[in-house]
Amino acid sequence: MNLFRLSVRMLKRDWRAGELRVLVFALIIAVGGMTTVGFFSDRVQLALARQGNQLLGADLIIASDRILPSHYQDEAKRLGLSVSSSLKFPSMASSGDSSLLTEIKAVTQGYPLRGELRITEEFGGRVAGLQGRVTESIPERGTVWIDDKLMVRLSLKRGDEIELGDSRLKVTARITQEPDHSIGFINLGPRILINADDLPATGLIQQGSRIVYRLLVAGEAGVVETFREWSRSRLVIGERVEGIRDARPEIKAALDRAEKFLSLAALASVVLAAVAIALAVRRFSQRHLDGCAVMRCLGASQSTILRLYLYHFTLLGLIASSVGCLLGLVAQEALVYWLSVLVNEELPWPSMLPAVHGLLTGMILLLGFALPPLLNLRSVPALRVLRRDIGLSSNHGIAGYSIGLAALTVLFVWKAGDVRLGLSVMGGFIVAIFIFGLIGFLLVRVLSGLSGQGGGAWRYGLASIRRRATGSVVQSVALGLGLMALLVLTLIRDDLLQNWKTSLPPDAPNRFLVNIQKDQLQPLEVFFKENAISPPPVFPMVRGRLTGINGKNIVPGDFTDTRAKRLIEREFNLSWAREMSPDNLIVKGQWWGRSDTGKPVLSVEEGIAKTVGIKVGDTLTYDVAGSPFTASVTSIRRVDWDSFRVNFFVVTPPGVLDEYPSSYITSFHLPTKKADFMNHLIKSFPNFLVIDVASIIDQVQRVMDQVSRAVEFVFLFTLLAGFAVLYAAIASTQDERIHEAAIFRTLGSKRSQLVRSWAAEFTIIGGLAGVFAAAGASALGYAIGEYALNLSYSFNPWIWVTGLVTGVVVVTIAGLMGTRSVLSQAPLTILRKIA
Amino acid sequence: MREEPNLSPIVQAIALTKQVSTVSDELVILHDINLSVIAGESLAVIGSSGSGKSTLLGLLAGLDVPSSGSVHLAGEDIFSLDEDGRAALRGRLLGFVFQSFQLLPALTALENVMLPLELAGVRDPQHPAMDLLNRVGLGKRLGHYPKQLSGGEQQRVAIARAFVTEPQLVMADEPTGNLDSTTGSQIIDLMFALNQERGATLILVTHDETISNRCERRIRLDSGRSVV
Ligand SMILES: Nc1ncnc2c1ncn2[C@@H]1O[C@H](COP(=O)(O)OP(=O)(O)OP(=O)(O)O)[C@@H](O)[C@H]1O
Ligand SMILES: [Mg+2]
Repeated sequence: MNLFRLSVRMLKRDWRAGELRVLVFALIIAVGGMTTVGFFSDRVQLALARQGNQLLGADLIIASDRILPSHYQDEAKRLGLSVSSSLKFPSMASSGDSSLLTEIKAVTQGYPLRGELRITEEFGGRVAGLQGRVTESIPERGTVWIDDKLMVRLSLKRGDEIELGDSRLKVTARITQEPDHSIGFINLGPRILINADDLPATGLIQQGSRIVYRLLVAGEAGVVETFREWSRSRLVIGERVEGIRDARPEIKAALDRAEKFLSLAALASVVLAAVAIALAVRRFSQRHLDGCAVMRCLGASQSTILRLYLYHFTLLGLIASSVGCLLGLVAQEALVYWLSVLVNEELPWPSMLPAVHGLLTGMILLLGFALPPLLNLRSVPALRVLRRDIGLSSNHGIAGYSIGLAALTVLFVWKAGDVRLGLSVMGGFIVAIFIFGLIGFLLVRVLSGLSGQGGGAWRYGLASIRRRATGSVVQSVALGLGLMALLVLTLIRDDLLQNWKTSLPPDAPNRFLVNIQKDQLQPLEVFFKENAISPPPVFPMVRGRLTGINGKNIVPGDFTDTRAKRLIEREFNLSWAREMSPDNLIVKGQWWGRSDTGKPVLSVEEGIAKTVGIKVGDTLTYDVAGSPFTASVTSIRRVDWDSFRVNFFVVTPPGVLDEYPSSYITSFHLPTKKADFMNHLIKSFPNFLVIDVASIIDQVQRVMDQVSRAVEFVFLFTLLAGFAVLYAAIASTQDERIHEAAIFRTLGSKRSQLVRSWAAEFTIIGGLAGVFAAAGASALGYAIGEYALNLSYSFNPWIWVTGLVTGVVVVTIAGLMGTRSVLSQAPLTILRKIA
Repeated sequence: MREEPNLSPIVQAIALTKQVSTVSDELVILHDINLSVIAGESLAVIGSSGSGKSTLLGLLAGLDVPSSGSVHLAGEDIFSLDEDGRAALRGRLLGFVFQSFQLLPALTALENVMLPLELAGVRDPQHPAMDLLNRVGLGKRLGHYPKQLSGGEQQRVAIARAFVTEPQLVMADEPTGNLDSTTGSQIIDLMFALNQERGATLILVTHDETISNRCERRIRLDSGRSVV
């Protein structure tokens, strides 16, 4: 206890003497950066999910082909969640002589729980571009709201009546925006919204009708998650849970990528902070060697000294990490404010978990990198008080930091949420340290050979580098690492983000046309041309259900995974193609050539293959229109789902599925100003199903924008951490320089001479660091792009120039600025300092 | 410990030898030193530079281990203890003054003097430290850092630090080596005065004959051998 109090005092004294500033600064920045991202992504994820949920009309949906047992609703209510339900089925709707197959949706009060339902009483006029007003209510009994398609096709006006089964209902409003409109490929045709209470009278609900019952649930994220878990365990066949992540692979992919980018930026500042901390503690322990020797001499045992500094640093870590957490909390609020243009919704408060993570990160960082030099401190021989040449016997080098490195690696893997990404970044850093160190030592050797040549300043510069060989190498490696992280984040971040953004260009397809018949292909092409839109590629589509793998029959019951169950239960689309889509990537096996035309082979999407357990070489049997179709898998493809192009889970070469009944699908970009096009299209091809994904694209693009900005913001922390490294590295040889300055100036050398030789020294160290940084950044950028983010990274030759120039300029300026105070003082003052 | 009989030796060195191996051969730094100092006595160790004075002092304080021989401090064989045990013994018995002062730069004068008390777990370290700093004439410089003090002032802080734990034995290795002669003699006056006041034993390493003459007893070292 007494020792603890002494530690507190020592901490105060060291702080007052300015011994701990870099250390504390680095720690605060690391924890601050980490928690900013933590808090921020916590909130944004909640918000994005909520935005996504607008598309779903709820936070979570339980859907079934049968009436849902009441326990779902009861449990949701018990948990305090808001609930509503909807029921959807196709039926004929008629008005006058004409009738049309429509999608009926019967809803109860409260629908939709998330997102906006917009209607207008204005009929006719332009179909698109009309916003309507937000309504909180649902159609009154005896009335229906219809969508544009129905209005156009049945030429309906406000007040007209339509027949639905046995009922006649009055059309009172027109729907302009419906939340759960474009989820999946289920909601297709024209739509009618009715009050659920009117449903029984229609007599449409009968055995065998194709009805989807849905329970809509919304509420606080944590509670919804609880409910999801609860219901997941109770699902029976035919029932399923849908959240936004299940529903939209594109948004999930975008969110995942967003998280990775942000974590990476934050982790880069953590690594930099680790370097700064290691340097600062190294210096701290060097400066405290004498103090420890004196304390040993005054009777302190090894364990006393160890405990003294352990308490000291633990306390320091806790305080600095807490300040870092606070900083993170403030910074994320600033970030949210800055992004408020993009996030139009009130963001929910983050959980406190990121703060816990932040504290943990801080402590791991500090203890992992401070411990080795501290452990050394305790073993300083007391004899040092009499003989100054006696220092520390062992030089632990990087091995001493293995605890720190291991801890950091774990942190990386955990935070990046991705073993590969974490290991590649950490591995990159560790390998870089080794290689840089090795090259550094070799270069110092070679450079010392040159020391006879060159002008005076260079000669002295080289001589100093040789004299401080270890110090110089440590300095240039640390600076190299700092610059490397900054380069990775500036150049490569831009490259990667740009790369990502181009995967979803402004003209990405935003409309899908489904159910195109073979004989309509030609007229459709003409139609596109007439309307001055270039005809998009059209893909054939055959519906089939997977019934067997390797000759063995499979049923949904064979699978425990709900997604796998669902895939087996349902029919999905098979297609054929000669060339692979440009956004696909073969991960196993091979795409077919021309000679394979007509051969029964398949290419399967990676995700589905994993879920169902399909490997290259397996034979799959599908039930296509009542007859079996068997083919073997020759390749597994990775599909870029956030590209919004038409993609299929299963593809065959041409000439395999041709005899089966097929329809065609296409996607294209419809510019906003061509809104009339859709009206004409629907009229000319009434059988087409149109899927509008503009709102989802818009959302994904917004995610990208938000992420780019957030990365820029978090990058500030990396930059600050970079400065901490710079400062710590320059400071690491400060004491020697002070000594040197005093002696040189006492011996009569001019200030300008000293400045020039130091400038030469810093230039060499900076140049070395710059080259290290460029090499490391190229390798790391390549690794991250290639292995972690699935983006191809093209080497940027400018990185070498930038690295070298930045290294030389920044290090020289910072170095000279850091030593300025030493030079401006009288030699006597300095000599007194070092006495 | 205070009740020990006054005439028993507080420091006793028996056949103390220190040799180190260099690249070419064995170098004998100290050769068969026998020495005994009675409590309250003052002893000067003199000799030319390189004669082994600091080495001897280091061995007597248990800062280093001899090649052979033994040292008893207050009756205890210090080399039968481990390094931490010797540290504890030092904390109890010894005060130190060094040629290069060895003040902790991050600590003020007062804190430097408080440090040994704090390490010993003394409840109120501030008062004795302040008293002693007053005694050495630095009562107005309590909050100053070592670098703000002159060499003589720093050495006075070091002396206050050495005496603050009321040690039975004070060792000083050329305490005036870094000081001009006037300041040096002031420092020596101060040390002898404090020594008298507190009845401590003093072992003083110096190569200054006038200083050594003020001690009750002297031993002279020459190339590691005691010559009297
Ligand atoms: N560990 C060691 N290895 C090699 N030589 C040593 C070692 N320790 C001491 N010496 C040598 O032993 C001799 C005595 O050293 P010591 O420091 O005791 O001398 P000193 O009498 O205190 O000299 P000064 O008056 O200059 O301080 C010196 O020549 C020194 O170089
Ligand atoms: Mg000496």
